[in-house]
Amino acid sequence: MTRSPARYWIGRILFYLMVLLILIYTIFPFYWAIVSSIKPNSELFSTPVSYWPNNPTLQHYQEVFRNADFMIALLNSVIVAFSVTALSLIVGALAAYALGRLRFTGRPVVLYTILAMTMFPQIAVLGGLFQMINTFGLYNRLSGLILTYLIFTLPFTVWVLTNFFKAMPRDLEEAAYVDGATPAQTFYKVLLPLAMPGLVTTGLLAFIAAWNEFLFALSFTQTPDQRTVPVAIFAFQPQTTGGFEIPWGPMMAATVVVTVPLIILTLIFQRRILAGLTAGAVKG
Amino acid sequence: MSQQVAGSKAIARVTTPARNALTQSQERLAWIFLAPTLAVVAFVAVYPLIQTIWLSLTNARLGSVQPAAFVGLHNYRMLFQDIFFRDAVWITVIFTFITVFFEFVLGLIIALVINSNFKGRGPMRAAMLIPWAIPTVISAQMWKWMYNDIFGVFNDLLVTRLGILERPLAFVAANQTLALFSIAAVDIWKTTPFIALLLLAGLQVIPGDIYEAADVDGANKIQQFFSITLPLLRPAILVALIFRTLDSLRVFDVFYVMFGARPDMQTMAVYAQQYLVNFSNLGYGSAICVVIFLIIAIFVGVYVNVFKVEEA
Repeated sequence: MTRSPARYWIGRILFYLMVLLILIYTIFPFYWAIVSSIKPNSELFSTPVSYWPNNPTLQHYQEVFRNADFMIALLNSVIVAFSVTALSLIVGALAAYALGRLRFTGRPVVLYTILAMTMFPQIAVLGGLFQMINTFGLYNRLSGLILTYLIFTLPFTVWVLTNFFKAMPRDLEEAAYVDGATPAQTFYKVLLPLAMPGLVTTGLLAFIAAWNEFLFALSFTQTPDQRTVPVAIFAFQPQTTGGFEIPWGPMMAATVVVTVPLIILTLIFQRRILAGLTAGAVKG
Repeated sequence: MSQQVAGSKAIARVTTPARNALTQSQERLAWIFLAPTLAVVAFVAVYPLIQTIWLSLTNARLGSVQPAAFVGLHNYRMLFQDIFFRDAVWITVIFTFITVFFEFVLGLIIALVINSNFKGRGPMRAAMLIPWAIPTVISAQMWKWMYNDIFGVFNDLLVTRLGILERPLAFVAANQTLALFSIAAVDIWKTTPFIALLLLAGLQVIPGDIYEAADVDGANKIQQFFSITLPLLRPAILVALIFRTLDSLRVFDVFYVMFGARPDMQTMAVYAQQYLVNFSNLGYGSAICVVIFLIIAIFVGVYVNVFKVEEA
């Protein structure tokens, strides 16, 4: 028993070392992007590498914000992500209410179709989608992206919200029916306000998924004025020929600009996001 | 109005005209509410799926003046002889095994660490979401910079600071094996925290008194892990493994950003996208899509069967 305090402290120290190691592992790449984004080129392209910016500068950020293509891409991403989120929530909440609260024949079939679709690999329909986009004149248009993004946001939204509606107590509707409300009124006056937390969660996840999407955005757009952020960052070209093939400074600045809002959103809503992720078990 | 006074509980039991009216109105309302979703699903999923299968049986090309002709299984026969596609399948499957294995092992370790009580557990859990929230394209670029052969942080650490290596490595531009592990590391970094959080959710529903009982019976921590934690965690593990495998098999973003169309580092999805978009070959590209779908279906089938056998 005499050794036990020492063993306890060694155990504790090892444990916290482990925690520290995990933290460094998860955060270091992002730290590195920030540090690189505020180093002047002379420091960025020199060896040995410095782990702390000795002469911090915002010149890379200025360059990024002066880059017209990048600013348009930022705007496009905002338009696409907000439209996709709004559409999935409106369309998805209606379907989820029907699936979660109403009795009708054919309910299981619809429910399983939706569940199957949440796992559906988008690459499997790329051929047909690409042809459809071209046939309907949606190629190189944001509307084409908004429409096709619903393939992965809508089933997930419906699935998670259905479980949300199902979990609400029956008495709520009964009280509304007693007061003479129709099912439609019950939906938007009683149940929808109560579903707010679910709407926020699924809305956030849909937004992040749309904001990060790359395959469709790369395949269905062509000109810089229709690109979203991931495609713009992929296609980041040197504005001036400075001797380096990729302008890593501005690239890292752009990376930080695009990522910081997402990280703030994630940290604010972390509990909701965790609940939504484990409910749907779908990776963003 | 008085007919609707009957609550839905009463409705379920009593057969009255009021009940029929309400059931009917519910049925109608349900289909009205479902209509937009069903329309979207039909337009962006069912129709493209049927189109993809049909196109894979034709020689359709985008922008071609000649109408597409039915060619039967010709595209599939070509695909089976296509050594580049065989390489792509091979690369994708190896990548899947590497990433799923490491993500699961690391994820489980991290989940066990976070599951114990310590100060700063909340912020730690929040920090775990950061890699998940960063877009894949962006994390690929971040890592590409860290992998830089001259100014990259990894080479600085390994060569200059720690002296483990004699000369710097060109991680991304290197031979196939090193390039594959380098890119797997990016995916593992991005996804391990997500797996950890999924497993953590599973760990937290295991009641604590089971461990107390095991303590009383004199089982040590390692015995407890293998005979309590792992079996009870199995549903969470299965869900995590299936979703990760599905995601890895269709991997596109990280490979495309790191390697572009480098022939020996293409995944199945990159190969399909190249044929469809860059070569406008809708027929052959769609055949690749269908085969990817079948390969993924085989993996899911294997998982579900393994799970069933273990349950029985």
